Amino acid sequence: MRDVVRHFGRFAALRGVTADFAPGSLYVLLGENGAGKSTLLRIIAGLLAPSRGTVSVLGSTDIASMATRFGYMGHAPLLYDEMSAMENLMYFAALYGCPERERCEAAIRTVGLDPTLERRVGQYSQGMRQRISLARAIVHSPELLFLDEPFSNVDIRSAKQMTILLARMRDQGTTIFVVTHQAAIMEPVADECLVLDAGRLVAREKGIPARLLTPYRAEERAALVSQGGVAQSGQGPAERPEMEAER
Amino acid sequence: MSTAPGMWNITRRSLAKDLRLEWRSKDAINSMLFFALLVVVIFSFGFDPTAEESRRIAGGLLWVAILFATVVALNQTWTRELRNQVLDAYRLSPAPAQALFLSKTLGNFLFVTILEVLMVPLFVVFYNLRSVGPVWQLLVVGVLATWALVVNGTFFAALSIRTRSREIMLPLILFPISIPALLAMVDATTAILTGDNSPFFWIRLLAVYDLVFTSVCFVLFEMVLNAE
Repeated sequence: MRDVVRHFGRFAALRGVTADFAPGSLYVLLGENGAGKSTLLRIIAGLLAPSRGTVSVLGSTDIASMATRFGYMGHAPLLYDEMSAMENLMYFAALYGCPERERCEAAIRTVGLDPTLERRVGQYSQGMRQRISLARAIVHSPELLFLDEPFSNVDIRSAKQMTILLARMRDQGTTIFVVTHQAAIMEPVADECLVLDAGRLVAREKGIPARLLTPYRAEERAALVSQGGVAQSGQGPAERPEMEAER
Repeated sequence: MSTAPGMWNITRRSLAKDLRLEWRSKDAINSMLFFALLVVVIFSFGFDPTAEESRRIAGGLLWVAILFATVVALNQTWTRELRNQVLDAYRLSPAPAQALFLSKTLGNFLFVTILEVLMVPLFVVFYNLRSVGPVWQLLVVGVLATWALVVNGTFFAALSIRTRSREIMLPLILFPISIPALLAMVDATTAILTGDNSPFFWIRLLAVYDLVFTSVCFVLFEMVLNAE
């Protein structure tokens, strides 16, 4: 992607992002709320058009023509509440021209759920919905996988299982982009992390550095642990100094 | 890796999915039926016509009631696609946009036809209606008029889903553009019920209206679906 800018009215969500990505890697996008992570993901996936700049995916700028090769999991589960997991997957797999029952059953099992479960998705827990949403995103075996906050409301055990699955897919050649605030969960498997701040790409590093894994500086943590520390320090859990320096 | 799916295959699957969702939730059909029933009952309280007067006004009353009830169903059609942002999943897939439009239109056509099948006998009873003209002509008008309402309605409902007050926006866009069709369906129905004039001019007008708007909506739908 070259010099990608995206405006929503007068608000600039992305301000000139330029980056290249290698196939078969797992990228983690980090940053505060409103930093532009989801917008960046939606632009690469073809859900949003950039206001300026160019995006080329798998060698083509015609992202719509690459649709069969993408998988996307958004903030919302992108599932019909009134249908069961299997019914949902059968429908979405059909949209990709692969409506085989065995394929859908395998995708549901891959995320650790039972394909014979007849309960409607609307009656699932939030964590189960996230996992079915992941199954929907991978049911057609995409080459590129975009995941926006896949671990929100997911218990730590399920999140670990999802991470193992993502690592396995990456090893099989899938390029994966994960937007998350839970960097620690992705730390063992991430190839690179990209840090966005106010619409700008401010850092790009191999793996996820330790300083990005904890939300607290040492003195903030000490202040919170000691009684009345927050009041004495005169500040809340503020932004990390590294982030400030990177701006 | 998967391949791009066929148009008819996706239309059939999306229609089956919509019918399944409607069967389970009954969102559209219940609200539509209740609304239409209310309109018929209120109209019957408001008027006390003779048999001849009934034949003259029934066309207008019937189609206005169906138009209002259709709007209720049309709003539901796309609302369920917005819940959980399911529409994004369709937009990301290689499935043709027109297949979604066609399935939604066919689904709405079916729902409105069910409404008409239930409502027309009520109208006949409440207004003591007897058609002077042949009933098969009423069936032809019914099919053409219903298609005119749902094809435009489905398109403009999709156009208005991203607006803040879409329930208000849809009738504001749909009603003016449906005036030629509404005029044709009311006049054709009245002509058949009273037997005064030939309904064929109005039936032809409805057929042309259907053809033009189906083609335009079909071509433009992809742009509407992918609009930000």
